[in-house]
Amino acid sequence: MLLSGLEQLNNMLHPSFMVQEKDKIPRIETTPPPANRWTKGLAVEDIPLEIHDLTVAYHHKPVLYGIDLAVPPGKLIGIIGPNGAGKSTLIKAIMGLLPTDSGWVQIFGKNNRKNLKRVGYVPQRESVDWDFPVSVMDVVLMGRYGKLGLFKRPGKEDRDIASACLEKVKMMPYADRQIANLSGGQQQRVFLARALAQESDLYFMDEPFAGVDAATESSIIGLLHELRQKGKTILVVHHDLPTARNYFDMLVLLNMRLVDFGPTEEVFTYEKLQKTYGGRLTILSEVAEAVRQNKE
Amino acid sequence: MKYLRLNLIGWILLLFMAALTPVHAARIGDITEISVWDQTVRFFSFKDPSLRYALTGAILLGLTCGLLGSFLVVRKLALLGDTLSHAVLPGVAAGFLWDMDKNPVAIFIGATVAGLLGSFMVTRITSTTKLKEDTALGMVLACFFGVGICLVTMIQRLPSGNKSGIDKFLFGQAASLGQSDIQLMAVVTLLTFGLVWLFYKELLTVSFDPGFAYSVMIPVAWVHHGFMLLLAFSVVIALQAVGVVLVSAMLITPAATAYLMTDRLHRMLLFACLTGMLAGIMGAFFSFLGHQLPTGPFMVLSAAVLFAVAFFFAPSHGVVIKWWTRRSRSGRVRRENTLKAVFHVLEQEKFRQEGVTLVELAELRRQTLDGTEASCLELVRLGYGTMPPGEKAFYLTPKGMRRAQTIVRNHRLWELYLTDAANYSPDHVHDDAEEIEHILGEDLVRQLERQLNFADRDPHGKPIPSAEEIISAHGTVQSSPPTATGYRKPS
Repeated sequence: MLLSGLEQLNNMLHPSFMVQEKDKIPRIETTPPPANRWTKGLAVEDIPLEIHDLTVAYHHKPVLYGIDLAVPPGKLIGIIGPNGAGKSTLIKAIMGLLPTDSGWVQIFGKNNRKNLKRVGYVPQRESVDWDFPVSVMDVVLMGRYGKLGLFKRPGKEDRDIASACLEKVKMMPYADRQIANLSGGQQQRVFLARALAQESDLYFMDEPFAGVDAATESSIIGLLHELRQKGKTILVVHHDLPTARNYFDMLVLLNMRLVDFGPTEEVFTYEKLQKTYGGRLTILSEVAEAVRQNKE
Repeated sequence: MKYLRLNLIGWILLLFMAALTPVHAARIGDITEISVWDQTVRFFSFKDPSLRYALTGAILLGLTCGLLGSFLVVRKLALLGDTLSHAVLPGVAAGFLWDMDKNPVAIFIGATVAGLLGSFMVTRITSTTKLKEDTALGMVLACFFGVGICLVTMIQRLPSGNKSGIDKFLFGQAASLGQSDIQLMAVVTLLTFGLVWLFYKELLTVSFDPGFAYSVMIPVAWVHHGFMLLLAFSVVIALQAVGVVLVSAMLITPAATAYLMTDRLHRMLLFACLTGMLAGIMGAFFSFLGHQLPTGPFMVLSAAVLFAVAFFFAPSHGVVIKWWTRRSRSGRVRRENTLKAVFHVLEQEKFRQEGVTLVELAELRRQTLDGTEASCLELVRLGYGTMPPGEKAFYLTPKGMRRAQTIVRNHRLWELYLTDAANYSPDHVHDDAEEIEHILGEDLVRQLERQLNFADRDPHGKPIPSAEEIISAHGTVQSSPPTATGYRKPS
């Protein structure tokens, strides 16, 4: 039944099919389940990520509305939603890279901007100029800078850790190569090695599988599972729906607001996916536009 | 080649004659006619204090501009450097108005304030309107510079204005550097080098990936603003020698030259400092040889010449070097194709022949007889074969046989791989293999052999020479008896 639902959804991603008859009747939603459903009973310092009423706007245009989220430790979590849903914005706002209009974010019980040392970050590949004159090893060593502080230089121990991380992603033969001479999958693996070198407990990855070859993709997933075995929590912005079902323990369904969050089997249903990907958000977008004009 | 040599001799003669010509000295109140050689000695001997200051100043500014300019270039902020250097002019004029004389400290403060004000305005314009950064930069650059020119002209019209020396600030005059100027420049240079050395990894990370830098708790805003402040300082100290109009070229050109030369930032910084220093020295020297010509243009021209050298001759990036590599590579491909053709002819005759006649070779390669003879001579020259005089035939040496077998093996192995693993149809694989055969490395060949289970026939049924056969190639084809089947076991 789930498969046929997916097939239907695939067929219906064409806009003219998006609004079905039954959806035209306005449905009054019941109270959404509490955000801390999956973190009940945990001490505050043990909850890797807690978000309350997060709203983010780009040039007065709201991109994320009132996000409430509490993430349990030791899980591999995928963030999925259509393009423009605010997935990358969510990650950046959590890390404090973007200003927020309201709400707070806590990482292991402390304010997010103050506790970034427990976070490892893999940004999008396009965020960087790959002609920059550095080698692969230089980039991975950057992951150790957080542990070093302002005046120290990386020492032998840091180099050893960096080499170990390069080994893990099978990029050690390329350690001395300048980063422009790498394929997309290799660049992604370098970024991953850099995040591993940070030795964090909470990882954020922004589309690590975009434009990557199949061999790299399966090796990345293997690495993520390994991290999860060690008790790390990993949040991954993901763009591909079919693989999302297989890769992740839990899913965040996002489309400007949080549609749902929970174990993959519970959340990956036709109705919930339709709510995420279906284009019934015109009212929200129009209100957003009115807010923007009002602020000018 | 002959033309070039004549040209070179001509230039050397010209320079020699110029060295003997009398030339005016570039120092006010010192109008004696001395030859170019004497002038050179005088410039570099450090005896004349003002010349000493000029040379030291040129070195210092070259170092600082090279260092900071490198970061501008890799962060794609060259336009920002340009704006900053033009925006300081009103500040310089204000500094002059303070004391109605050249007061280095007042000028320094005024210029820094103006530069920072300009950067601040750019940020405000881009963050509050829909105008993009390049528009804001261009506008601020032009407006501030315009205000500055007005102030400069006003100052020159004042009764005491003519002797102020403010006109030197437009195009630069290294000869007008005094002791206090040099002291200020030395302080700024030391500060710059010290801070960059101390905070190198922070600068590196912020330049490469500011989002990631933020996530490892590097204070990105501090690093960025600190860098901009240092940049403003170095622009200001370079002003007197290079001039407001051209300082940005001294920031960008040595760094761009260094970028062409290397793939690592720390080496790039070194090259940029050296290039900047060299351009500074050359510029100061040439302006000294002329009669009080402004230094700025000469420094920039010297930097441009150095850039041109790097553009043409930089290892692996230089235009000439790339052309040369391509030429030698196509030569190697040509030789390998000839060897391959020889092998094919021999194979057709099942290796019963000892050598190959030039006619057969020309037919197979569809070349003229002369062309084939030239290709074979090339192979003979490199030891791949012999061409006994009188005979119009070519015989392979063991070295040549080995090379030919390697190429043929690569070709047939690749064809087999394409049909086997990539599902190409056998009539499409030949052209691809013609290209790939020249570039397959030995470990790739081992991988292919393993993947294809050491197959011995290509998709067209032709045998693939194995590793043992290639290694065991010994003796020339000549010496084997006429009935031998050459190097293949009878199938």
